[in-house]
Amino acid sequence: MVDHTIHSLGFYLPEIVMVVTLCAIIVADLLIKKRQQVSGIVLLAGLLLAGVMLFFQPAEAESVFHDSIASDPYAAFFKAMILLSAFFIVLYSLNSRELEEYRARIGEFYMLIAGMVFGMLMMVSSTNILLMFLALEITSISSYVLAGFTKKNNKSSEGSLKYIIYGAVSSGIMLYGFTLLIGVTSAVDIYGINEALVQGTGQPLLLNLSVLMIIVGFGFKIAAVPFHFWAPDVYEGSSFPVAALLAVASKIAAFGMLMRFFAVSFIDSSGVSADGTWDIIDGLHWDLLLGVIAALAMILGNLTALKQDNIKRMLAYSSIAHAGYLLMGVVLLTSEGISTVMMYLFIYLFMNMGAFYVAMLFYNTTGAESIEEYKGLGIRAPLAGVALTIFLVSLTGLPPTAGFVAKLYIFGAAISAGWIWLVTIAGITTIISLFYYIRVVRNMYFFEPAPDQEPIRFSLYSRIVLFALLIPTLVLGIYFSPLLKAVRDSVSLIGF
Amino acid sequence: MEFQLFGIGILTWIVFIPIAGMLVVLLLPDKNRTAIRITAVTATGLQLVFAGIIFALFDRTKGGINEAESFQFVEKFSWITVEAVPWVGRIEINYFMGIDGLSVLMILLTSLIGFIGVISSWNIEKMVKGYFALYLLLVTGMMGVFVALDFFLFFIFWEVMLLPMYFLIGLWGGPRREYAAIKFFIYTFVGGILMLLTMLALYFSVAYTDTATGQSVHTFNILHMMNPANYVEGGLLSGVDTTWRYVAWMALFINFAIKIPLFPFHTWLPDAHVEAPTPISVILAGVLLKLGTYGLLRINFPIFPDATAYFIYFMAALGMISIIYGAFCAMAQDDFKKLIAYSSISHMGIVVIGIAALNTQGMVGGVLQMFNHGIITAVLFLAVGVLYDRTKKRGLYDFGGIANQMPLYTGLAMIGMFAALGLPGLNGFVSELFSFLGAFEAYKWITIISVTGIIITAGYILWTIQRVYLGSTPENLTSLKDLTPREILMFVPLIILIILLGVYPAPAIELMNSSLSHLVEFVNNGGQ
Repeated sequence: MVDHTIHSLGFYLPEIVMVVTLCAIIVADLLIKKRQQVSGIVLLAGLLLAGVMLFFQPAEAESVFHDSIASDPYAAFFKAMILLSAFFIVLYSLNSRELEEYRARIGEFYMLIAGMVFGMLMMVSSTNILLMFLALEITSISSYVLAGFTKKNNKSSEGSLKYIIYGAVSSGIMLYGFTLLIGVTSAVDIYGINEALVQGTGQPLLLNLSVLMIIVGFGFKIAAVPFHFWAPDVYEGSSFPVAALLAVASKIAAFGMLMRFFAVSFIDSSGVSADGTWDIIDGLHWDLLLGVIAALAMILGNLTALKQDNIKRMLAYSSIAHAGYLLMGVVLLTSEGISTVMMYLFIYLFMNMGAFYVAMLFYNTTGAESIEEYKGLGIRAPLAGVALTIFLVSLTGLPPTAGFVAKLYIFGAAISAGWIWLVTIAGITTIISLFYYIRVVRNMYFFEPAPDQEPIRFSLYSRIVLFALLIPTLVLGIYFSPLLKAVRDSVSLIGF
Repeated sequence: MEFQLFGIGILTWIVFIPIAGMLVVLLLPDKNRTAIRITAVTATGLQLVFAGIIFALFDRTKGGINEAESFQFVEKFSWITVEAVPWVGRIEINYFMGIDGLSVLMILLTSLIGFIGVISSWNIEKMVKGYFALYLLLVTGMMGVFVALDFFLFFIFWEVMLLPMYFLIGLWGGPRREYAAIKFFIYTFVGGILMLLTMLALYFSVAYTDTATGQSVHTFNILHMMNPANYVEGGLLSGVDTTWRYVAWMALFINFAIKIPLFPFHTWLPDAHVEAPTPISVILAGVLLKLGTYGLLRINFPIFPDATAYFIYFMAALGMISIIYGAFCAMAQDDFKKLIAYSSISHMGIVVIGIAALNTQGMVGGVLQMFNHGIITAVLFLAVGVLYDRTKKRGLYDFGGIANQMPLYTGLAMIGMFAALGLPGLNGFVSELFSFLGAFEAYKWITIISVTGIIITAGYILWTIQRVYLGSTPENLTSLKDLTPREILMFVPLIILIILLGVYPAPAIELMNSSLSHLVEFVNNGGQ
């Protein structure tokens, strides 16, 4: 028993590091009052250390803590993405004008991020339903507070409140679904649930109901239609770093958890064929249901984004649309589908974070948050303008950027599995997405800046961060076999 | 045939030299405009030199099309490889380039027009650095499409052209440039998505057996896609004459028809031409439109011979409508650039009719017409550009009696005009004749109706000559200066080609004859 726990701890080091970092931030914040940035730097160090721990973690897949936590390449890949995105978020925060006003409380901000990262790391590796829910709540509660962190801004408070109410309701529904599932299968870990389902439970109605409820919870977390209503308001109210955190890291974690949950519990593990997928429960066609959700997210997200003038709201709707594209890979629920989702998420990390970063830089220097105010910015700030153009083009999915490779593989997987109607919708909505992405580019370049508007220069720090995001976005568009290999090797889930 | 320089194949050189030029341009300081221009002219000039080497060394007897071994200057490297895992096969994307008789003329055309475009861009003063960087990127995209034999590579080059073109029209264009730029972007992007989906469907339907390992590997290789034996059992596009194959053909066709542009997908072209700066109009009409017909010949015809046969009348009919409709529209214009834009639609219709004949004559005529039209419209757009530079006007009724003011210019422009009209002795005549001859064998009525387009063409061209060059000079135009040496330099090579190919077209026909006969045979036999 003790031996097992101690052995298990060896697979749990990144999480432990995050908890220690959290405590260290509190202490640092209390002791060193003069230099506010110190808590951010502590968090950076913590994230770095967690990354190192993750790297040196035993490579073999193992289920630890009595089947509560899976330590497999799949979890490691997601954890790496979460740590990487959190690392960038902290780099953003250190440079954010919005957060400047709240210098006195900035320790709290980093502490909450540390907590959220801990929650997200747990989300992608837990295999026990109760633990999954706990991890989800740790993440959610931290993010509610983070969304309301810039409290002098009324929109921030409004967004935070909406987020809490919406989140609480959907967590509640999800929890109810979990209890039903546990009741029907009398198991709390996903392997046990799978076993019970394979043997048959004789309760199809309850099972269907519980899975519907669970989808509500996941749908909320990944901001898929029709559970997306919180996203635009929350993004608009949050500071840029937090909006990027919610759009990227939170989405990565939710997808990691969603795919593990469905792939392990609801697939007949005797054969990973395209047939048999989802067929364990009689009744609803789950794949079709998720397909419809994906289609709705793509259509609604892209169409609504057309009308947005606030860059954060535009990116919020764009992230809803991207949730749709990502779900397209989940719908297949084959290893190929999962691997394309992982690849998409990895690329999405760089391109979406990049878009948020340039938007933040523009806000820092000019206060521009409305796309109308972007007029002439591309000429005033050539480097940032070109970078934002590349990020947006990549989000559209045009070669030779990484976004194209992401779309190529996810579209390809869907075509090879025969989801022609879904891919057609994805293709049409991609064309629609061009309009709103290119509108930003148009405003940046097709208008001369006013004579009194000086050229904008960014600090070396900003430029380094920008290049750190820009280079992967371009290189992965041309040479992506290492990523493809890494994703292929990381698909192996315990029990899948 | 092989040719290497410093261990790198000539096709890589010719495609990526502009990119190297672009990087140099980006590193040069903003103010040093001359250096930027010289870099651009060097890059495209080198491209022209390489095109000359290709022309000299090209083996005229080899067929190409579907036989990998008879392609020339082939470069094939593994680009993306991921070994097979139990649930999905090996992934393989190749850097695969090569040329045959179909592409060689287009390469010559692209490098020539690219070079002349730079000379004609010399007097652009707005954001010179950005302009030439985008211009060179565009040239790389165009050249890449003509040499790529891997669908993935083809697609990348195809889409690389989009953004530079959007900016070149949108930033350096005329008053309604923004509208024209976005319209161009959306039209081509729609086509791009259609091509992407078809490409993926093809990828999953085609697998070849690797002789070394015995594995069955999905591939983007265009040549493998032409072999019916490579289609996997139960693939979406497997079989012959299936609905999905028709759908796929149509999706590709719409993509290429947008670029050609064929009626009813043509409406972006007049806007783009009118708003684009002169050099970009030259590139657009001279090379970009040919990508559409080239794509049809490289991809639609040999990969889907069954669907091609099924839709061939439809295609010829669209070509006919484009010829007649384009010519009538051209007649109604009073903007010089719009007139040439519509005449382009009309002339590209002749290419479509020619290749839709599916016989060697028509095919040779069609491809030669692609080349000739590229040269002729380049002259016409340059001619408009010269007038526009001097007067800032483009209306046909704004001019008159230019011949008195600028005799040399008028002479050169008139040669271009007469070539467009199809005057025997100039190059337009040869290719139009071949196209219609071939088409007449295949479909009588469509050809007979189409040929009337030539009369309308003669009508609008003569009328234009009369309005612009002849008659009395309006008072505000009495002090026009004739061509500068730079302008003469950009006209002369084109004019020489117009006359040379009009009198003696054999060198051009020789280049493509064996490939095109092979293509015709291949398509008519249903891809066997």
